[in-house]
Amino acid sequence: MAKSALLKSSIAKKYWMALTGLFLCLFLVGHLAGNLQLIFGTPLQFNEYALFMTTNPAVKILSYVTYISILFHVVDGFLLTIQNRKARPVGYAKTNPGANSSFSSRNMAVLGTLVLIFIATHMTNFWAKMHFTTMPLQTITIDNGGQVSSFYITSGWGQDRFINVNQVDGENLIIEGNGFYYTKPIKVQFAEGYKDLHKITMDFFRSKEKLFGVIPNEGLFFTIFYVLSMAVLGFHLWHGFQSAFQSLGLNSPKWTPTIHFIGKAFAVLVPFLFAIIPLYIHFTK
Amino acid sequence: MSTAKNINITLKIWRQKNTKTKGGIETYKLDNVSTASSFLEMLDQLNEQLVNDRKEPVAFDHDCREGICGSCSLYINGRAHGPDTGITTCQLHMRMFNDGDTIYVEPWRSKAFPVIKDLVVDRTAFDRIQQAGGFVSVNTSGNTIDANSLPVPKDDADKAFMAAACIGCGACVATCKNGSAMLFVGAKVSQYALLPQGKVEATERVLNMVRQMDEEGFGNCTNTGACEIECPKGISLENIARMNREYLKASL
Ligand code: HEM
Ligand code: SF4
Ligand code: FES
Repeated sequence: MAKSALLKSSIAKKYWMALTGLFLCLFLVGHLAGNLQLIFGTPLQFNEYALFMTTNPAVKILSYVTYISILFHVVDGFLLTIQNRKARPVGYAKTNPGANSSFSSRNMAVLGTLVLIFIATHMTNFWAKMHFTTMPLQTITIDNGGQVSSFYITSGWGQDRFINVNQVDGENLIIEGNGFYYTKPIKVQFAEGYKDLHKITMDFFRSKEKLFGVIPNEGLFFTIFYVLSMAVLGFHLWHGFQSAFQSLGLNSPKWTPTIHFIGKAFAVLVPFLFAIIPLYIHFTK
Repeated sequence: MSTAKNINITLKIWRQKNTKTKGGIETYKLDNVSTASSFLEMLDQLNEQLVNDRKEPVAFDHDCREGICGSCSLYINGRAHGPDTGITTCQLHMRMFNDGDTIYVEPWRSKAFPVIKDLVVDRTAFDRIQQAGGFVSVNTSGNTIDANSLPVPKDDADKAFMAAACIGCGACVATCKNGSAMLFVGAKVSQYALLPQGKVEATERVLNMVRQMDEEGFGNCTNTGACEIECPKGISLENIARMNREYLKASL
C-alpha cells in the first residue's frame, strides 16, 4: 500500500523547511518595521511598541509560532544535513562545485548555524533582559495636588499596574487606569533613573565597556557582529527565499523569474535595513 | 578544417578491486592522445597500454557510445560527464583538454550507487525506484486502446516528452552535494503525471517512488540546481517542483 509520510519523507522535510522559512521571512518584515522606530520614532513610541510586543495576546501567539518555526527549521535542517552527508559516504578527490551551483545554495547549513548563533546572542542581549530581568521601566511621577505617585507609561493593554496615557500636552497629560481617572491636566515630571528598552538599546551599541573584560569597546564589537550577521542572513535568504517556492512545488516558467527577483531583492534589502540600525546608533551621539 | 593534434596527459583514476575492498587514486601517463578522440576512446587507449604492460585494465561502463543509453558515467575533473554541458561522457571529446593536463576520473559517489569495480557503479537503485511505480498498468488481453485515441494537450505532451528524455544515467545524483535523486524521480513521476494514462495511478505512483527513493539512501534536495546544469538531457527543475506538488496532492 502506498503510504505518505508527512513528517519523515524527504519531500515532507522540504515542505516544513519551506513553510517555516517563509514564515520566518514574514517575521523579519514585522520585526524590521518595529526596529526602524529606533531611527525614525521617539523613545516613547519605541517603548510602547516593545510593551505591546510583550503583552498583546495576538502578538504572544505569533511569537510562539515564531519560536516553534525556528525550532522546527533548525531541527529539520539539522536532520536534512545529516542525512545528506550520509548519502555520500565516500567523497570525490576533485570537485568543482562553482561550475553548477551558487555559494549560498551549497552552504545553507553553515549559514543557518551562523544565523542561529546570532539569534541566540541577540536574544540574550535584548529579549532575555526584557523578559527575565527586573528592568526599570520608563516611569512618570505625578503630582496630584501634593500627592506624589509614580507610574509606568504604557498605551494601556489591560493591565492594572499600568496607566493609560491619553494625551501628552506639554507637561500636562490626561491619564486613566489603576483606579485613577483624571480628566483635568496634571503636572507630571519624568522620574529619575528613567531607563527602558530604547535606552538599553542605545547604551548597548554605544557602550565603551570591555566585553568579558578583554574585548575593548563592546558597542563597536556588537555593531560589527550585528552587521556581519545580517550579511550572513542575506546569503541564507539569497538562496532560501526562492528555494522555498520550489520546495512547495511552485515553479512555473511564468512566475519563477519574478520569484527569483523578489527573493534576491528581499535578501539584500531586509538585512541591509536591519544592519543600518546598529550602525546608526553606534555612530550617532 | 581539422585542427586535431596529439596531447600528452596525466590521468588520476580511481581503482578499486570490488565493492568490499578499499580503493584509491592511481596515476597514469598517457602520450599521443588525439584531440579528435572521445573520452572513452582515450580510456580504451589507456587500457591497451595497461594490457601491454601486463596490468589490469580500468573498468568503466559504456554501451551505445552515442548519448542515448546512459551507461557511461564518470566524474571527470570534478564534474559529472566532464567539462561540458548537455552531454554524456561518450559525447565528451579530448579537444576539451590541453597538452600537459592532469585529469581526475572518479566513479559516481553515492551511498545508493556502490562501486562494483574501478569506475563502474551499481545503479540498480534506479531500477527499483522505477519498479515501485514508474509504469502504467495496462490491460494487454487483446483489447488495448491506441494511445493516440486519447487527446493530450500539446503543452502537456511536450513536457511529458521532455521529462521522458531522462536516460537514467545518474549524473544528477553524482553531482548533487546531497546525493539526491530528485531530478531523476521528478522526471519519472512527471512523464506519467502529465498524461491521461498516468493519472489513474498518480497517487500511489508518487508515494511509492518517493518512499523507494528514500529507502535507497539518496539525500534530500536543497534546490542547489546543480543536477539541472549537469543533466545530459536538460531535465528541468520544474519536474522536481511537479513531483513535490504531486506528493502533496497524494498526501492530503
Ligand atoms: C531568520 C532566520 C531564518 C530564515 C528567515 C530562514 C529562511 C530559510 C528559507 C526561506 C529556506 C528555504 C527553504 C526551502 O528550501 O524549502 C531555508 C532553508 C534552510 N535553512 Fe533557514 N532560515 C533562517 C534561519 C535558519 C537557521 C537558524 C538555520 C540552522 C541552524 C537554518 C538552516 C537552514 C537549512 C539547513 C536550510 C536548507 C537548505 C535548503 O533546503 O535550501 N536556517 N531557510
Ligand atoms: S535526470 Fe538527467 S542526470 Fe538524472 S538520470 Fe535522468 S538524464 Fe541522467
Ligand atoms: S555510452 Fe550510452 S550514453 Fe554514453
